Amino acid sequence: MTNFDPESIHDVKGVPVHSVHRHDVVIVGAGLAGMRAAVEASAEFDVAVLSKVFPTRSHSGGAQGGIAASLANEEEDHWEWHMFDTVKGSDYLGDQDAIEIMVKEAPVVVREFEHMGCPFSRTREGRIAQRKFGGHTKDFGKGGPILRACYAADRTGHALLHTLYEVCVHNRVRFYPEFFALSLIVRDGVCRGLVAWDVIGGGVHVFHAKAVLFGTGGYGQVYRITSNALANSGDGLSLSLRAGLPLEDMEFVQFHPTGLYQSGILVSEAARGEGGYLTNDKGERFMERYAPQKMELAPRDLVSRSIQTEINEGRGIGGGPYVHCDLRHLGADKIMKLLPQIHELAWKFLHVDCIKEPIPIQPTAHYSMGGIPVDIDCRVLIDGKSKPVAGFYAAGECACVSVHGGNRLGTNSLLEASLFGRRAGKAIVRFLRETRDFPELPSDAADAAIAEVERVLSAGGSESVGAIRTELKDKMSAGCGIFRDGGKLEKLAGELRGLEKRFRNIKIDDRSEKFNYDLLEAIELGHMFDFVELIVAGALKRQESRGAHSRTDFPDRDDEKWLRHTLAWKRGEKVEFDYKPVTITRFQPKTRTY
Amino acid sequence: MAMITFRINRYNPDDERRGHYVQEYALDVCKGCTVLDALNQIKWEQDGSLTFRRSCRSGICGSCAMTIKGVNRLACETQVLALKSPNVTVEPMRGYPDIKDLVVSLDPLVRGLLAVRPYLITKTPPPSDQERLQSPEERARLDGLYECILCGACTSSCPSFWADKEYIGPHAFLKAYRFVADSRDEGSREHLEALDDKHGLWRCHTIFNCVEACPKDLNPTRAIGELKKELVRQRIG
Ligand SMILES: Cc1cc2nc3c(=O)[nH]c(=O)nc-3n(C[C@H](O)[C@H](O)[C@H](O)COP(=O)(O)OP(=O)(O)OC[C@H]3O[C@@H](n4cnc5c(N)ncnc54)[C@H](O)[C@@H]3O)c2cc1C
Ligand code: FES
Repeated sequence: MTNFDPESIHDVKGVPVHSVHRHDVVIVGAGLAGMRAAVEASAEFDVAVLSKVFPTRSHSGGAQGGIAASLANEEEDHWEWHMFDTVKGSDYLGDQDAIEIMVKEAPVVVREFEHMGCPFSRTREGRIAQRKFGGHTKDFGKGGPILRACYAADRTGHALLHTLYEVCVHNRVRFYPEFFALSLIVRDGVCRGLVAWDVIGGGVHVFHAKAVLFGTGGYGQVYRITSNALANSGDGLSLSLRAGLPLEDMEFVQFHPTGLYQSGILVSEAARGEGGYLTNDKGERFMERYAPQKMELAPRDLVSRSIQTEINEGRGIGGGPYVHCDLRHLGADKIMKLLPQIHELAWKFLHVDCIKEPIPIQPTAHYSMGGIPVDIDCRVLIDGKSKPVAGFYAAGECACVSVHGGNRLGTNSLLEASLFGRRAGKAIVRFLRETRDFPELPSDAADAAIAEVERVLSAGGSESVGAIRTELKDKMSAGCGIFRDGGKLEKLAGELRGLEKRFRNIKIDDRSEKFNYDLLEAIELGHMFDFVELIVAGALKRQESRGAHSRTDFPDRDDEKWLRHTLAWKRGEKVEFDYKPVTITRFQPKTRTY
Repeated sequence: MAMITFRINRYNPDDERRGHYVQEYALDVCKGCTVLDALNQIKWEQDGSLTFRRSCRSGICGSCAMTIKGVNRLACETQVLALKSPNVTVEPMRGYPDIKDLVVSLDPLVRGLLAVRPYLITKTPPPSDQERLQSPEERARLDGLYECILCGACTSSCPSFWADKEYIGPHAFLKAYRFVADSRDEGSREHLEALDDKHGLWRCHTIFNCVEACPKDLNPTRAIGELKKELVRQRIG
């Protein structure tokens, strides 16, 4: 533990001394990644966790289906099989060194959750129960679907998240709930802390730290139809970009096949894992045409494209933009026992009783494969390749390590968030054991953040933040959704620039400091503009189809040119690109069929 | 489509003199629209200063609990048209300190929670390369307990909490019982310690408001009954 010495706190311009905090580690994000790291590091060091929502409100709690690990509790399984599925699922863009670490350590991480108290569902023998999930197979893809997803009914994320919060409480982790990170302080390649806004009380706070970890989650909110929470605005990505750091593989956005029609709220893949059918207007199980073997349990990108093709070719229900997910043949018992939350969701949000009626569904923006480039110890890389920023780490959905490559398999991201959160915690502990002193805190550390808040609070323009955000989401869905092409992407890039100009002329209704979501929503929209440009530019550059990135003008995968990761920076108005090779160890790229 | 008038209880901490007041917003509401959708639409299109918590939109994060037509509910799970009324009053949950408009302080909720040592307490170390075993029957005892989303609806509806601000609260009792009922937990004494107190279990008068208020259909009153039995058992034992 470091002794707190108020005398040594630096003056930071414009910030009252009592609002400068000092902790060995400051973690932004209280999802699985952030809290798993906190559990690890708090055994030895003083850890603070900031989250813009109360910890248990983090989006990890929304995950339903499961967390992957080759426990072999239900049937034979091996980490090598899990690795093969993950590599193939990634369309060979995943880095195999990172994937190997993940699948090997997965059983340990899941069992640790059990030891912490997670209420997993159980097998007859009393072991952690496992279910099937898309893309997870037996015997290097040669066998059928495998029971690999460990679950707690269909509330797996909720069970894991609350368990971690409980352990953090036990370990006396210092939470700053409802603190919103505004900027990251990186100077001369060294991370020195961050600046945040106290949502409840108002006011800028500076956090001086030896190590900072981002576990800030995904950015589904840049799409019109999304499964993501309203808080998922990709703040961490923008903060990282603004600190001059790159983002990796941003063009890879996963669309989950089954969002509830119109709201995009997720119908878990468990619905198909337990035997649900997808049917079109003619009542056909159309997956027969796209993935005759795996059918509904083929990987997400493939199922989403199939649904979108049915819709585009006029076979949506009544010709509309949706199809059916039919559970009726499973029977009331099985539905209520294994899929109670799905039954509840369909009822509450669509007034559909899935025991009696099929559920109207459409693909929904779900997961970001790309993110802040990190090495296998979660150290953020300045050049995106090998040079770490001292003291800055990232894990979970905001990071790109890259275990998911071009497409993530279901249940692999709760695993990634917890497993790499844990690794980040361990790496931070090693770093802190060698780092006695706090890095120097520049006196202008908070300038940019203060200026941003003041700019929004005094905004006197005419444009509404809500209206611009709606347009941004609509345009992203139309121009950079499941199917993309060069023409549409170029048009979209222009439209986004126009929208961003309008964003500079916003008005604000709430000018107070206390609990001002009007202010925060404007800041979040500013964040979105920072990185959507990279998604679109990256998608335009990548002239091939791979995983979730599907170009109708370049329908094939092109390993010769594009078996590599995209790195992108924002330099002034421009996006700059660089590339790095994919790490391939055990499995050479093959055509991906299911 | 129906035109609905939302009568929203507002409060701005920077304007203490004005205190609480009601503001009306009219909105065209279609089938499928939840109260949260309506509030968002009002915020985004009519009045950006209207303040409420929200995140998941799907009833799992617990952010959006508020009092809708006199009943504590999750705004994101409440269909506007199902309320069957042209006027919908929306107020912050009762009993918690006000922060702004529909946002209340969670401090009493967290304080109560921490009092019950809300984590698995074990004395025997777990097997090193395996999970602890728990039969499906033992695991089934946690159903109806572990699903709590900490929205605060139950404690806000409890007369014992209105009368005693230090009352630990039904949400915390439910959490305590989630651990006491867990076959793996070896710390029931620790979980129960703070409950055998004038701010604890004995203040519950079994009014069942908490059961009615819970949007997840959980039953804190049953948990309280079981905990009382457990306390008595421990005193004798
Ligand atoms: C509906 C749904 C279901 C899913 N189901 C599954 C599943 O079954 N299996 C699976 O493996 N994966 C699933 N996923 C994906 C998985 O849930 C996520 O990828 C994972 O939980 C991300 O965890 P995280 O810790 O990285 O981020 P999150 O849990 O999203 O946490 C992000 C944290 O960062 C904080 N934060 C963000 N910005 C700021 C800021 N500016 N200042 C302060 N704090 C900030 C937030 O408050 C939050 O605490 C699902 C996703 C969704 C949307
Ligand atoms: S917004 Fe999460 S419970 Fe309503």
